[in-house]
Amino acid sequence: MSAIASRRSSITLSMMLSWGVVALVALGLVTTTFTPDISPLDAPALAACLGLLGILGVRFGLGLAHHRIGDIALGVVTTLACGFLLRATADHAGAATTGFFFLLLAAWGAAWLFIERLAAWKLKGAGAKALNLAIPVLFGIWVLVVWELVTVGLGVPKVLLPAPSDIWTRLIGSVPILWADFRQTFLKAVIVGYVLGCGSGFLAAIAVDRVPFLRRGLMPIGNLVSALPIVGVAPIMVMWFGFDWPSKAAVVIIMTFFPMLVNTVAGLAASDAMQRDLMRTYASSYGQTLTKLRLPMAMPFIFNALKINSTLALIGAIVAEFFGTPIVGMGFRISTEVGRMNVDMVWAEIAVAALAGSLFYGAVALLERAVTFWHPSIRG
Amino acid sequence: MQDILHAPDTGPLSADARSVSRPVIDIRDLSLTFETNDGPVHALSNIDLTIGKGDFVSFIGPSGCGKTTLLRVIADLEQKTGGEITVNSTTPENARLDRSYGYVFQAAALYPWRTIEKNIALPLEIMGLSKAEQRARIDKVLALVELSDFGKKFPWQLSGGMQQRASIARALAVEPDLLLMDEPFGALDEIVRDHLNDQLHQLWAKTNKTVVFVTHSIPEAVYLSTKIVVLCPRPGRIYDVIDSTLPRERTLDMRESEEFLKIAHRVREGLKAGHSYED
Amino acid sequence: MTRSSPLSRLAAGTTLPVVTVVLAIIALWYVAAVALNTPFQRDTYERAGQTDVPMSLLITDTLTQKRPVLPAPHQVLEEIWDTTVNKAVTSKRSLVYHAWITLSTTLLGFVIGTSLGILLAVGIVHSGVLDKSLMPWIITSQTIPILAIAPMIIVVLNSIGVTGLLPKAMISTYLSFFPVTVGMVKGLRSPEIIHLDLMHTYSATRLETFFKLRLPYALPYLFTSMKIGIASSLVGAIIGELPTGAVAGLGARLLAGSYYGQTTQIWSALLMASLLAGVLVGVIGLIERSVLKRMGMAS
Repeated sequence: MSAIASRRSSITLSMMLSWGVVALVALGLVTTTFTPDISPLDAPALAACLGLLGILGVRFGLGLAHHRIGDIALGVVTTLACGFLLRATADHAGAATTGFFFLLLAAWGAAWLFIERLAAWKLKGAGAKALNLAIPVLFGIWVLVVWELVTVGLGVPKVLLPAPSDIWTRLIGSVPILWADFRQTFLKAVIVGYVLGCGSGFLAAIAVDRVPFLRRGLMPIGNLVSALPIVGVAPIMVMWFGFDWPSKAAVVIIMTFFPMLVNTVAGLAASDAMQRDLMRTYASSYGQTLTKLRLPMAMPFIFNALKINSTLALIGAIVAEFFGTPIVGMGFRISTEVGRMNVDMVWAEIAVAALAGSLFYGAVALLERAVTFWHPSIRG
Repeated sequence: MQDILHAPDTGPLSADARSVSRPVIDIRDLSLTFETNDGPVHALSNIDLTIGKGDFVSFIGPSGCGKTTLLRVIADLEQKTGGEITVNSTTPENARLDRSYGYVFQAAALYPWRTIEKNIALPLEIMGLSKAEQRARIDKVLALVELSDFGKKFPWQLSGGMQQRASIARALAVEPDLLLMDEPFGALDEIVRDHLNDQLHQLWAKTNKTVVFVTHSIPEAVYLSTKIVVLCPRPGRIYDVIDSTLPRERTLDMRESEEFLKIAHRVREGLKAGHSYED
Repeated sequence: MTRSSPLSRLAAGTTLPVVTVVLAIIALWYVAAVALNTPFQRDTYERAGQTDVPMSLLITDTLTQKRPVLPAPHQVLEEIWDTTVNKAVTSKRSLVYHAWITLSTTLLGFVIGTSLGILLAVGIVHSGVLDKSLMPWIITSQTIPILAIAPMIIVVLNSIGVTGLLPKAMISTYLSFFPVTVGMVKGLRSPEIIHLDLMHTYSATRLETFFKLRLPYALPYLFTSMKIGIASSLVGAIIGELPTGAVAGLGARLLAGSYYGQTTQIWSALLMASLLAGVLVGVIGLIERSVLKRMGMAS
């Protein structure tokens, strides 16, 4: 029922978008795009794409072309229009004026319309999976395009926000430095800390679970600790373990220990009474019940902790570097380059951190799918 | 079920051989009291019951009458607070440690991360049987419950009735002489339930296992049992014990017979009399 | 349980175990303080030419150092007492002053973050496009170690003249919107199909369905996420204070403490931050209980 309602409203929305695109294209064609006096008509390819976009907009607005070929045509034309607009913007950096915004909004509307159309596609199996991946990817690319257009077109100072192309150039040009930082922060501090923190949290949970008194005493404290700003121990760890990576690993251990402890203990309690009775009728030993029933049952909880910890670990290692490092490391690079106002280098470092963080999380999530394939949230 | 007669080896005992054998379960003046915040609750009191080898005994009664509790005491899942009970001539705990019974719960309680085969292998792994022995037993019990083609499936890929059959197979894999079943078909629809009742009856008739069966369905109890124990609540106690006059071999059509209806009537009268509506 | 003694009831509950564990932690802390501070103390004795120092003196000395490796609990408490009660609240040496700075950043960021989170969740629940395009990025955004951007945001915003609470609060906002968005999306989707169908039979509008069905269902989720959100918001505020050149706030106290080796100051700031986190989460918990109780949802 809600599907009916949403389809009705999305048709009106896409029609509104279509007419909006038409109007904005028309305005963009007659106004000045870049100072002193450059309009889309000076760039024939761009003008042609905009014309096509206008025609498609009219067709969509009239409710025609509501089929996949029409949608794909819209996507191709929008991509080309953006491409030509990007080139024109690069040629006239910082010179954007009224017409530019009309074109930007027109492109925005067209892209939104395209994603709206894509989201309505009904595919099955692998196609649906690919579509579910394609939509956020397109959305991400679109954000980058708008970022590039706005920063270049308006000539936003690099100190404030560098364009994606600048960041990319910087990234490509500084691979050795970025790699050294990555190795110091991620491969040493994060991985070592993560493995030790999660491992000790897990073992502590198994031990705590055997003693009900300890479990009742530690759990409220464990829950409280997970709300505390633990990253604040970073200066102490730096003082105790020195400037190099062991102090960062120590921060990571402390940060990842408690989520693992709390989640594993909760997971070990997740098996229901009937399942434990079943093991009892088999006269199963403590170890057998643990390995055959309670640990598999705890896996979704354990992976929850592993996922939370994958982000915490990276945050902990980078923030700990703000309190003192040898002259290498992602956190060190960020804080020093900020000081020098080399903001594009900071963004390059953040891009590496984001990629590393996402891949780390993704790897844990993939492993989770393989191990807890049976869980309703995964198999559904 | 006709073509799997080869599976179990013990044929039905003759009537006199059964009567001389020692009781599988012997309960004398058993009581069980739970301490709660509202004072003691007498879940079971003055229970006297003897269950012989090859019997199919049903516990029937309204909720709160202690029928499941009584089964759980036999299985050593609850501890008696008074009286005597022996299972296989020893304490329930020893019987459990000997793995001398199979227990089937209200829900299938299959592990979702194990295939049907692996679920059936679970008790066998715990008992430390060899891989070959496990394999042989799995194939045997899967055939017995007609799930041979589904061994590689995961529980959540099967229907509720199939899951419950798998859980019965798991209980049978231990090769117990005693089968304890706690409302195993309670969650299933009538058609599936009839089918499983029929299967269970044939299984019992062929293997001469002793079955203790908790239910709240009168037709189910009468159709399956050689002895029906009617319990009533507050305190949980035995109201009536009915020895079935039906022949050992039964068919589903028998449920229309005079004899069947007579027993069912007596059970219903017992349930009515034992049920108090004051609270 | 009726005739059980009060002591056994305590042991069965959580009070006695928690108290025991807390006492054990404090005891461990003292042992660790003695152990960690001993090497420095021995050096001191050696330099002073003292030998055969009795154990009792060694222990008392290790617990009264000026800049211990690990200050003892009572030293931290003394420091907190000294910097809260004995200093004017407006003084830069007052821990209350610094805690207030951090608290105001936290609250500002939390309010913006929660509002943003709720708005995003409402949008995502009602728009298939947003759900498909934005939701994956919201989840990805948290795999990015966002705190890494903190110093840059602060410095960049400062350079264009945006100073004060707002830049720091933006980091808090970023950290607190995520749990709220995810929790609210889950909550707004938690009504069962039956209930949605029921609203449909009443031909209720989307707005009515939202206020009469989805929102009440989402409230327990909202409170749970707000508890996580405010804790993250506090972390964000503290990290946000690091790059401002250690001017004010608990984060600045941490940084200053680490520059000058003032371990007691670090620990007291840390303890204060923990206290703040506990109180903030506790307050939300209290609001949660009273609201849910009024709605008949409290257990």
